[in-house]
Amino acid sequence: MTRLDKSLTGITGFDEVTNGGVPKGRPTIVCGGAGCGKTMFALEFLVRGATEYNEPGVLMTFEETSEDMTKNVASLGFDLKGLAARKKLVLEYVRIEPAEIQETGEYDLEGLFIRLKHAVDSIGAKRVVLDTPEAIFSGFSNTGLLRAEIRRLFRWLKDRGLTTVVTAEKGEGTLTRYGLEEYVSDCVIFLDHRVSEQVSTRRLRVVKYRGSSHVADEIPFLIDDRGFSVLPTSSMKLDHAVSNQRVSSGVQDLDDMLEGKGFYRGASVLVSGTAGAGKSSLAAHFAERTCREGKRCLYVAFEESPAQAMRNMRSVGVDLEKQVRKGLLRFEAWRPTQSGLEMHLLRIHKLVEEHKPDAVVIDPVTNLLVGSQQELQSVLMRLIDFLKTQQITGFFTSLTQGRDKEIEQTDVGISSLIDTWIFARDVELNGERNRCIYVLKSRGMPHSNQVREFVMSKDGIRLLPVYVGSGTVLTGSARLSQEARERAESVLRQQTKEEQQRVLDGKRKALEAQIAAMRSEFAQEEARVALVARQEKRRKREFSRNALEMVALRGGARQGTAADRNGRVGDEHES
Amino acid sequence: MRAKVDATSKRLNGGRNGRLVELRLYVAGQTPKSLAALANLKKICAEHLEGRYRLNVIDLVKTPQLARNDQILAIPTLVRKLPEPIRKIIGDLSDVDRVLVGLNLRETES
Repeated sequence: MTRLDKSLTGITGFDEVTNGGVPKGRPTIVCGGAGCGKTMFALEFLVRGATEYNEPGVLMTFEETSEDMTKNVASLGFDLKGLAARKKLVLEYVRIEPAEIQETGEYDLEGLFIRLKHAVDSIGAKRVVLDTPEAIFSGFSNTGLLRAEIRRLFRWLKDRGLTTVVTAEKGEGTLTRYGLEEYVSDCVIFLDHRVSEQVSTRRLRVVKYRGSSHVADEIPFLIDDRGFSVLPTSSMKLDHAVSNQRVSSGVQDLDDMLEGKGFYRGASVLVSGTAGAGKSSLAAHFAERTCREGKRCLYVAFEESPAQAMRNMRSVGVDLEKQVRKGLLRFEAWRPTQSGLEMHLLRIHKLVEEHKPDAVVIDPVTNLLVGSQQELQSVLMRLIDFLKTQQITGFFTSLTQGRDKEIEQTDVGISSLIDTWIFARDVELNGERNRCIYVLKSRGMPHSNQVREFVMSKDGIRLLPVYVGSGTVLTGSARLSQEARERAESVLRQQTKEEQQRVLDGKRKALEAQIAAMRSEFAQEEARVALVARQEKRRKREFSRNALEMVALRGGARQGTAADRNGRVGDEHES
Repeated sequence: MRAKVDATSKRLNGGRNGRLVELRLYVAGQTPKSLAALANLKKICAEHLEGRYRLNVIDLVKTPQLARNDQILAIPTLVRKLPEPIRKIIGDLSDVDRVLVGLNLRETES
């Protein structure tokens, strides 16, 4: 099977969604309700063809006069008259006035064919737009004949290889009022314009595209001063290139908490926090740092006008104005309620395409939450995907509510999309509020688990280690006083310790003296006892010698018995 | 079937109403419908507009650029340019009564 030839429409996003545009040399139906943008789609297809792809085109309108059409699209920068003068475009207005037509017998619509053919031949057109040809049903009564003629018209367009866009009004429960889609089997596109909660959203759906893969979902689109743009949906695959390069957060202390190097390039960074926690200041630092490194940054603000935001940021030592003047920073602000979520996304897309930034700041992303959380999540996913594929670092802030754990819960829905999640919150203690910051997660790097105190001054942001003890985190003056108290206590403890040591030393000395005294006393006693023992020994020796001498004196005594007797004698002597 | 002026239109201001009827018949080549329309028209003119009409037959195959001015879609189309307002009668003109109504030649009778 040969691949279906396609013709680029030149409409932003549409050619991506359809993998190359509309079927080449065939008719495509673009249908939808009144004001859905079908004429705009058709017109841009024609104008882009004429100006960008060198494919002249014929615009055959059945409802609006050529003059009206020219005026209507001039605001989009489409110069139909100029294109017509350069033979890039032919405007053919087909007026149908039922009141002046009387039918008498057989006819056909050969006149329409002749006019179309003449217009096509006069400039060698490759593209044709028929803007609501169904209008002929109001002018003629023979519906059967009209259907046959429309069928013949589509065949004729196909035979001539004209890439055609046919617009059609939506019918009751049908794609088109007169069932034109039956005759165009190749490609049918449905446009929808709906309003929910006072916010309008335009959506496009490729209902049918024979022989081609296409996105079947509803895809949001936008019509603004530059025409039609379709928002490419998120890519199915997670295959964007990753970078090992690091980018500074703009705050040295924060970089330190992130391995000393900051974020990964192309990462998505979320700073969540309560009101006034310093999210915007962090964002401004990041934006300014990006620009100071000669890179480009897009800053989208939903809370403050550019002038106000830039004035406020000067107070924390960030001069964004300078970067705007240099053309590196693009600061855009608009009301979040101004349009639907997808419109915001589209605008961001367009700005990214225009400015080509290295980093995008969205402050705060939660202000986009006009619909459901789920919707925000899906839009954010698309935005993050979009930024990632282009290696653009995304820096989002998120306003959270609640206390402690609840705060973290608020953003749980989007956390899976986030690479580095920083949490800023204030701590109320002793009649003051102080800011704390910590890194909740940071993929692919060891990061600090510390809670730091966040201090802003005109010199910028500092993240100080906080006092953590006895179950509470102390910040601000509480931290300072606690630290002073700690110092005092520590001095006191030192003094006590020294005193105790002294006392102990004294005691030891006293004890030692006592021991020495006792020891000397004991030694004297010991000496005395030894002396007594020695004297006794001597006395005994002398006594026994005396006894022997006495025996000797008495005579006849034997030596052996003498001793026994001596003992006995001695005993007797002593008692 | 080139654009032509019928000789009878020279005699202006004649006939019942005394007003000139200016007609254009748009055809596309020698198709049966076109030929039938021309034949029917000639007959009607001869019977009802004798001496007070002018007829142009325009073949769009030869002069397609002329289709625009009179906003021609259907073929054949008979356009009554005068008297105003412009009337358009489409088809092969086989229904004579409707042609006469369309040309405003029957208003008193109907």
